[in-house]
Amino acid sequence: MPSEKLVFDYSRPKTLQLKITGDWQLSAGLPPVNEVSVQLEANTDIEQIGFIVSEDFKWDSAFISFLFKLYDISGQKKIQLSTQGLPAHVVKLLKLAPAQIKKIIPDKAIEESFLDKIGGRVIGIKDAVLSVLDFLGDIFLAFKRFAAGKAFFRKDDFLVIVQKCGSDALGLVSLITLLVGVILAFIGAIQLKMFGAQIYIADIVGIAMVRVMGAIMTAVLVSGRTGASFAAELGIMQANEEIDALKTLGVSPVEFLVMPRVLALVIMMPLLTLYADLMGIIGGFTVSVTVLGLNPVEYFNHTITAVKLSNLWLGLIHSFVFGIIIAISGCYRGMECERSSAGVGEATTSAVVTSITAIVIATAVITFVCQIIGV
Amino acid sequence: MEPAVEVKNLDLAYNNFVVMRGLNFNIKKGEVFVIMGGSGCGKSTLLKTMIGLNSPQAGEILYNGLSFWNIDEQERQLIMRRFGVLYQGGALWSSLTLRENVALPLQLYSNLSVSQIQDVALLKLGLVGLGDYADFYPAELSGGMKKRAGLARAIALDPEFIFFDEPSAGLDPLSAKMLDDLILDLRDNLGTTIVVVTHELASIFAIGDNAVLLDADTKGAIAQGRPEDLLANSKDPRVVSFLTRGEKQGAGR
Repeated sequence: MPSEKLVFDYSRPKTLQLKITGDWQLSAGLPPVNEVSVQLEANTDIEQIGFIVSEDFKWDSAFISFLFKLYDISGQKKIQLSTQGLPAHVVKLLKLAPAQIKKIIPDKAIEESFLDKIGGRVIGIKDAVLSVLDFLGDIFLAFKRFAAGKAFFRKDDFLVIVQKCGSDALGLVSLITLLVGVILAFIGAIQLKMFGAQIYIADIVGIAMVRVMGAIMTAVLVSGRTGASFAAELGIMQANEEIDALKTLGVSPVEFLVMPRVLALVIMMPLLTLYADLMGIIGGFTVSVTVLGLNPVEYFNHTITAVKLSNLWLGLIHSFVFGIIIAISGCYRGMECERSSAGVGEATTSAVVTSITAIVIATAVITFVCQIIGV
Repeated sequence: MEPAVEVKNLDLAYNNFVVMRGLNFNIKKGEVFVIMGGSGCGKSTLLKTMIGLNSPQAGEILYNGLSFWNIDEQERQLIMRRFGVLYQGGALWSSLTLRENVALPLQLYSNLSVSQIQDVALLKLGLVGLGDYADFYPAELSGGMKKRAGLARAIALDPEFIFFDEPSAGLDPLSAKMLDDLILDLRDNLGTTIVVVTHELASIFAIGDNAVLLDADTKGAIAQGRPEDLLANSKDPRVVSFLTRGEKQGAGR
């Protein structure tokens, strides 16, 4: 159905006059340009298009875009477009806009061949590995200077980081590991009930928590909390040129920013893990005594005999390794961050993904090694 | 007299994309030298190369006749110690108060006692009109104040060379004027050599003793000299149109 805003007038010879009335603004909507092309297809003798504009005609850039389309169509058909009769401002705007819009394709959008893509990826992997090694080397050098007492960083900053990644995390760690202890106890109970060996829940909860679960649960929480915040902090510093400002001052950003973070987390992770182990055991104990009806003294004794010191050391080794992994991946992603808000978001995400992946892989490796050496 | 800074046949690249080829210019001691050019012409890359953050593809920069890029990292650090840099957004360290920001370079490279360092830091903040805000954190300040605090930090060690990256960008006309006046004060009273990267015409004419105009299309310098002379004498339509915002001598539109 033809729109009422646009009426076609053939009263003059070889001329299509468009009678334009009413509201042609963005909010009101436009009649499709096809209507005009349909008319032009039907009347092949047309050589000129003119405009008749009514009193109540209202327009904005929507009308201009309509005219642009019309220019395109009339240009293809070699039909003249007479701007007489259009409001003066419309004509001016038409002149301001470029006659032809070229599409500039950004470099990235150019199609690469399959081999190009593979080659690019391989080179990308090589570069990534080199940059990680470079970063690890820098950290090593920073610690060497630290050991020699020559490292430059602010003790206050270090203490704040210790507080943020350590004691501030206690609430969350308590809640989660307490519940993990509870879950372990319940799962154990279902199986052990069949043999009437429910008291061995104490062994399961104790060994599982101390040997690996305490460390893993803490590491997952800390990488979400602290690893992400390391990446975001350093990323924003990168975006604000704060890291450039350190470099021009001759201060190594790895020494000033990364080393205190790694150090803080390497110290706090084992402590948090010990705390997590305890909370898990308390969780299991509470359920066993209150819900499953085990004897508290017996449970306590069982836990003590079952959990060997070697288990504790193993748990601490886990947590030490996890601390290094979380701190380094958080800091690395932050330092490599692109200088934009999207870059900071990406850095945070990839810090958490990297550290959790690395944590699981490291656990597998440690478990495998323990299996071989029989711990 | 030997120039304070010599840029010789410098080739620059940004992300492996060449932005500048065979650049040459000299900066005299104690002058305000303006590096100007449109957006994306390589001004910032040049500045980064001059302050040691981005290594050039080829060529050399000499400070007081000393090579800056053909030496090892540690020797370069020694030259960099004579620099003060004001970054575009101030780049104050966000976890430190203004006083701590200004004190940090002094802690590193001065032989003052802790309380003396505090005094000097407060003095420098006073010079830029921020003495009252010494214990504020950068996040608590406006953009103009951050820039001034950044300047206080840049002049903490009384550097021989100060580099300004777009000093008036994002400032209201009065704050921009105030920063320009501070720059001239530094030149007149401390004899500091000052390098300013900017495209603000008002600043260029107000403070520039000498200038170089970079051009993105030719990847090089298309004019050098005093900004007023360039405006009066240059026959190059690109130079005149840049210095008059395209109002004179057909900017090629």
